[in-house]
Amino acid sequence: MNFLRKHVTVLAGGLVYLLLYAIAAMRYDGFFSLPVFINFLSNNAVLGIVAVGMTFVILSGGIDLSVGAVMSFSSVLIGVLIMKHGWNVYAAIAASLVCGATLGTLMGAIIHSTGIKPFIVTLAGMFFVRGLAFLIHLESIAISDARHTALAIARVGPLPLIAVLFLGFVAVGWYVAVLTPFGRNVYALGGGEDAALLMGLPVRRTRIAVYAVSGFCASFAGAALSFYLSSGSHLEGVGMELDAIATVVIGGTLLAGGVGSVFGTLIGVLMLGLILTSITTYEGMMSSGMTRVAIGALLLAFVLLQKVLTRRVAGVGRAT
Amino acid sequence: MRPRNFWPWVALGSLLIFNLFFTQGFARLEFRDGRLFGTLVDIFQNGAPVMLLAVGMTLVIALGGIDLSVGSVMALSGAVAALLMTEHAQPVPVAVALALAVALGIGALNGALVTYGGVQPIIVTLVLLVMGRGVAQTLTQDQKVRFEVPAFEFIGNGTVLGLPFPVLLVAAVALLVGLLLRNTATGLYLEAMGSNPRAARLCGLRVHVIQMLAFMASSLCAGLAGLIAAADIKEADVANAGLYLELDAILAVVLGGTSLTGGRANLVGSLIGATFIQTLTTMLQMRGVITEHTLIIKAAVALGVCFMQTPAFERLTRRVRSAEAA
Repeated sequence: MNFLRKHVTVLAGGLVYLLLYAIAAMRYDGFFSLPVFINFLSNNAVLGIVAVGMTFVILSGGIDLSVGAVMSFSSVLIGVLIMKHGWNVYAAIAASLVCGATLGTLMGAIIHSTGIKPFIVTLAGMFFVRGLAFLIHLESIAISDARHTALAIARVGPLPLIAVLFLGFVAVGWYVAVLTPFGRNVYALGGGEDAALLMGLPVRRTRIAVYAVSGFCASFAGAALSFYLSSGSHLEGVGMELDAIATVVIGGTLLAGGVGSVFGTLIGVLMLGLILTSITTYEGMMSSGMTRVAIGALLLAFVLLQKVLTRRVAGVGRAT
Repeated sequence: MRPRNFWPWVALGSLLIFNLFFTQGFARLEFRDGRLFGTLVDIFQNGAPVMLLAVGMTLVIALGGIDLSVGSVMALSGAVAALLMTEHAQPVPVAVALALAVALGIGALNGALVTYGGVQPIIVTLVLLVMGRGVAQTLTQDQKVRFEVPAFEFIGNGTVLGLPFPVLLVAAVALLVGLLLRNTATGLYLEAMGSNPRAARLCGLRVHVIQMLAFMASSLCAGLAGLIAAADIKEADVANAGLYLELDAILAVVLGGTSLTGGRANLVGSLIGATFIQTLTTMLQMRGVITEHTLIIKAAVALGVCFMQTPAFERLTRRVRSAEAA
């Protein structure tokens, strides 16, 4: 019963995913095959990497609206460093990771030291970082560099490199969340800040680190995006914060904080991929507007489902 | 005791004085063809949408919520009105009424999900921020909808007695909301709800109704703003209408001294805040700063002003004062 209480939302997500996959496999020919599944992984890797970082933020009871902007900033920065300044690919990626983590740290520090609500700080951060991205280059920038292309088409076994990176992020994220003191602090912080303080946990360090992790993940996703698109793009990443929040919530992490898991986020990403692929590719509804509506509706449905589940079964989560 | 809205007036005043002296052509004001022209008039005319958004946002923030969907509601209402007039050949009043009805519907959805669904306002309105624009894109098939309907264009750039119609519209809406806030119990309930929702509920306030009303009012204001924005440029541009305006609206309200934690509604302050933002935007444009770059400055101003409302800032000023005294 304790296991059920702890994992009810994640289990529900997993069950719904299996159900949806079964329905889709019956409805469309060839849906139940390894290449299709690998496509889910690689097509949604960028979102997935962002979502792993967002999981930590939401677990800690916060929210990060700046991830989309940080992602496109990082992809533009990589593009500019490689194409305009002739940097090595790895150096450019490292620089963007440092920038992303720094921006995250900055936002975390502002949130903790001033007590301004996280969503206001990260909303302002979103505009700030988007402005920064326009400041370093006013337009999206195409990247044509032999080493960059080599990385973009690299494969590990049957999996493209970015899918492997995504799985790596999930694995490391899971390890950090479940088996390290930092992960325990994040859960404790999300469960209740006062309690965490009274227990003597390093609330300040944890809160700042959580946003730093999110910024790091978002900038890494920007690097992955630059492989995926072969360009640094201002346009991608608009609305990414909602997608990331959606996958985290669909994966069973409570928006109130303290309950959920990185593994659930993997399920959330796969679920979103499954639904979007079946809507766009198999049902032939290509409108980008409709897919946004679908994501929004899905997120709302899951948030309401969480409310019902947590009230009825587990009795966790706070009333708003 | 400082007069009400002291700091917002000081901020706006110093910005205006700076511009009068240092920005070329800022002070010019002339009366031509029966209407006023000049930068100051432009500020009010172009700032009308943000002012409307700020009026609605004040209500939502006063009860401790937030409405991120206003920009998308603008795009949606503009698109609905434009489509009704062009593709369905409806008369202007019908188009306006239906566009506003759609906006009101989204507000009701926001309110219902917040108050009956128990979901945080940020999440609900973030979802509708994305969905609203998605619906608008689907309706218009991602195209800009152009129209030539003089009666409708009047909403955006008509003049009454030499004054731009949008400005008069803002004044009328603000007056109405102001009366609602100060002369009826609704305003009191709204602030009571924002300062302590639990206590308000225990006192027997109809919390659900008040929350629904606030979100619906905010969406309705956004719908009106969308009509102005569309009428002004004679087209519904779903991709850009109202884009990034939610931050401007929040910033206007916060600048005006309404606390983000709820419990206080300062309508005049919000209007001053909106004027400040539009003046800042106009100034940056006149000085050749690219629109995309102004995002950085606005974000910094927003954070700074939020910071000034926090206990941390109070502690800081107290420490500075005691250091001065010592």
